[in-house]
Amino acid sequence: MERIPIVTMGESLFVTIQVDIDDRLATMLQDDLMERIVATGARGVLIDISTMDMVDSFLGRMFAGIASMSRILDAEVVVIGMRPVVAITLVELGLSLPGVRTALNVGRGMALLNSALTPVVVEGEPADGDDASD
Amino acid sequence: MATTPPTEASAHPAALYPIVCDDDVVQFRHRVREAAVTAGLRLIDQTKLVTAASELARNALEHGGGGLGEVCAPLTAGRTGVRLIVEDDGPGIPDVTLALTDGTSGAGGLGLGLPGTRRLVDAFELWSEVGVGTCVTVEKWAL
Repeated sequence: MERIPIVTMGESLFVTIQVDIDDRLATMLQDDLMERIVATGARGVLIDISTMDMVDSFLGRMFAGIASMSRILDAEVVVIGMRPVVAITLVELGLSLPGVRTALNVGRGMALLNSALTPVVVEGEPADGDDASD
Repeated sequence: MATTPPTEASAHPAALYPIVCDDDVVQFRHRVREAAVTAGLRLIDQTKLVTAASELARNALEHGGGGLGEVCAPLTAGRTGVRLIVEDDGPGIPDVTLALTDGTSGAGGLGLGLPGTRRLVDAFELWSEVGVGTCVTVEKWAL
């Protein structure tokens, strides 16, 4: 059965959606990604959609779902390379993908992940202090 | 209103595509993309039409239990563009007005994505009868 490959890169997972993705394949990717996050302890997920010529409501909701599920599993998701026409169409369709981080290219996506994953070193402070940061 | 010769339509018979599985939705998107390119739609309009086609085809599959997609191009009435007709003989939509109401954050609307689909196209027509089926006709015009 056809599957979208998930590549491990350091602490992150990398997915390139190259096939013309149908709903079944999209759902499978979602399940596979969650399993891999838990199995590898990945802290970040990069999803390259630069070859996708359309993202409809189902796929849009899938990306949003992957982002929220991953966050619960302590991993950040960055969707990379959305084409301008796809972005315009998505918003017009009524999907603004709340909660989905995006980056224009892989480099920026990696940078975004790195900054999100940089451990915050707290020295000499009590652990029970209120976390005022967002 | 100007009369248009019906020969134009008959010279380009509409192509019919069954929509009974996930892959049919993908195939329908391909056919719509081809028609949109041939009709000379701009990239942004191709993308909007293909996305609308995907939404309608999925509705026919998920809610109508499968259906039929029709791609007609070029249009009659002196307009260039692509017309899509997606129909199913599913349960139908009891409240068409509600189905076309934008639902924000899960409230209101029927969640069929029809208001969004309507925004993507230049002409939109929804017909539905409970127990008979649903038929949506959309058009995207070349400038």
